[in-house]
Amino acid sequence: MVTLLLQATDRRATAFRPGQFNMLSVPGVGEVAISVSDAPRDDGLLHHTIRDVGPVSHALCDADVGDLVGVRGPFGSDWRVPDRATDLDGDVVIVAGGVGLAPLRGALNQFVSLLDDAAGHVFLFIGARDPQQILFVDDLATWDRAGAHVEVTVDQGAPQWRGHVGLVTDLLHAAGFDPANARALVCGPEVMMRVTAENLVGVGVDPSRILLSLERNMQCGTGWCGHCQLGPFLLCRDGPVLVYDSALRSLINEHER
Amino acid sequence: MAPRTTMPGEVAEADWRLLDLDQFDEFIRSLNDRFEVRGPVPTSDAIVLGRLRRARDLPIGWRDEQSPGRYRASDQGDDEYFGHAVAATGPKTELLPARQVMWRSEGRGGRLKFVEPDARSRDLALLGVRPCEVAAISILERVLVGGDYHDPHVDDVGRGMFVAVVECARPAATCFCSSMGTGPGIDDGFDVALTELFGPHRFLVRIGSERGRREVARVTSTRAHDTDLVARAEVLERANQRLTRHVDREGVATLLEHNVEHPMWSDVAERCLGCANCTMVCPTCFCTDVHDVNDLAGDVTRLRTWSSCFDIDHSYLHGGAVRTSMSSRYRQWLTHKFSTWWDQFGSSGCVGCGRCVTWCPVGIDVTAQLATLHVKELRDVDSRVAGVS
Repeated sequence: MVTLLLQATDRRATAFRPGQFNMLSVPGVGEVAISVSDAPRDDGLLHHTIRDVGPVSHALCDADVGDLVGVRGPFGSDWRVPDRATDLDGDVVIVAGGVGLAPLRGALNQFVSLLDDAAGHVFLFIGARDPQQILFVDDLATWDRAGAHVEVTVDQGAPQWRGHVGLVTDLLHAAGFDPANARALVCGPEVMMRVTAENLVGVGVDPSRILLSLERNMQCGTGWCGHCQLGPFLLCRDGPVLVYDSALRSLINEHER
Repeated sequence: MAPRTTMPGEVAEADWRLLDLDQFDEFIRSLNDRFEVRGPVPTSDAIVLGRLRRARDLPIGWRDEQSPGRYRASDQGDDEYFGHAVAATGPKTELLPARQVMWRSEGRGGRLKFVEPDARSRDLALLGVRPCEVAAISILERVLVGGDYHDPHVDDVGRGMFVAVVECARPAATCFCSSMGTGPGIDDGFDVALTELFGPHRFLVRIGSERGRREVARVTSTRAHDTDLVARAEVLERANQRLTRHVDREGVATLLEHNVEHPMWSDVAERCLGCANCTMVCPTCFCTDVHDVNDLAGDVTRLRTWSSCFDIDHSYLHGGAVRTSMSSRYRQWLTHKFSTWWDQFGSSGCVGCGRCVTWCPVGIDVTAQLATLHVKELRDVDSRVAGVS
């Protein structure tokens, strides 16, 4: 995993909201959709956290300080973080699986900064394959100090690991958040999001207050290429962040959509 | 607008005109002074969209025979100008070419300079395209320039495009435009609409825009009479009777939404070759792959090429494709075209041109596949009525 910190060549900051993505390109290699992994920052730097899985992400992960990378965006929908603490009327439950924490990091930073004056608390549940794969370890400590409730579980433990082992959904039941006015933000593998959303509804969270970030092949970001079809949605336009309503619920329960 | 008077039997001059064969030829030549005119032209064994400089470039006397998995076109030697149905290729190739340069970048000294491709030098005029194709153009425009991002090429071509549509007298056996509300006649969305009439051989011209009016005014034409309009109505009535395939345009959207797990999908997957022909010939299928091609000097060309949801890589996501089975890919195509297109773009994605039926090498017929879903629904109703589980 590599986090690129990008500065615009004209040093102008780009307006965006956490949850949105950019199309990042390496000249001559190609272009991929990568979500921004922080909120808009005073230094104007765009953070993108990238897993090396294909030729373009490989070239991005290989980039050196000073290299030129193409950025188009921002595209898509966002996590709908309220602007003011007074608009935060309940607990915020954030569930991340693996690299799914990256698109949530900006929203987390914004929610945590709203915490002092807000009615609710932030609960962060992270599932990782093993302790080595836990992302943003420094941020976890920062969010914890700022008053967020942070819990991490891994699929496979390690000799030094003293934390939870098991599914991230196991953490939700005894967590202590108030489901009545809670909002939930979920990002991770599709199967993990499906089970997490079902569990959240199971403990009493209103489905219309659960947001998932879906992923499909994307080649343009502008709704032209047609690759990001998911049932009635064009994910680059209507997503990636979608409300867990009955339509989405049946879609992600259906095979090969 | 100045008040007009018409003689008994004449129709409003402003809206309808008549062109005889010489005047029609003159009209095409006149359009060529200002436009690159394209329309149906015969090749050795198919009618395709090509360059039209004069009336005799048209497939005069040609007939086509289209049925599932079969296309034959040949010169019958008579004088009917538009005795054929929808051509093998259509206006999609103009709006969204199969291979297109989006931009080039030149890398020099650590800087990138972006170069956009040149805009069209001449506006395009389409003459002899069919009502279903005019509907398809407006769907493509809605998809590619109707949202937040305007595709510059489609915008450029679409904006300047002059449309002289020809109403259909002889739909093919594969056509189902009347079901989709796109033909065989047309009432709006064109600059001029032509109907070929006989006895005497002539063209009834309906003006659809100010530009259409100007172009018709450049050539000699005569007044139309209500007998010409009656003749047109008869042509369209006969065409309607020739349309043998039907789809329940609005009902089918819900039907597809509720039949994601229907056995039809695996049945059709046993015949479907996944060849993508249906999506290539479809006048509204817009999917493209975007790729960068670089040369040794460091210059990069960003290309887009037609893509198809029948390709397994279409749904590729790190680690593998989402839609690996043929049934899921066929379901994606048909469901998008007839159902989720409404959610995404507010209309059906199908115009009923029948090309996907004609050009399917194994003759899969979308109208028959959709009818299969209906049959199952009816059986459900029957069994509920009969109280059988």
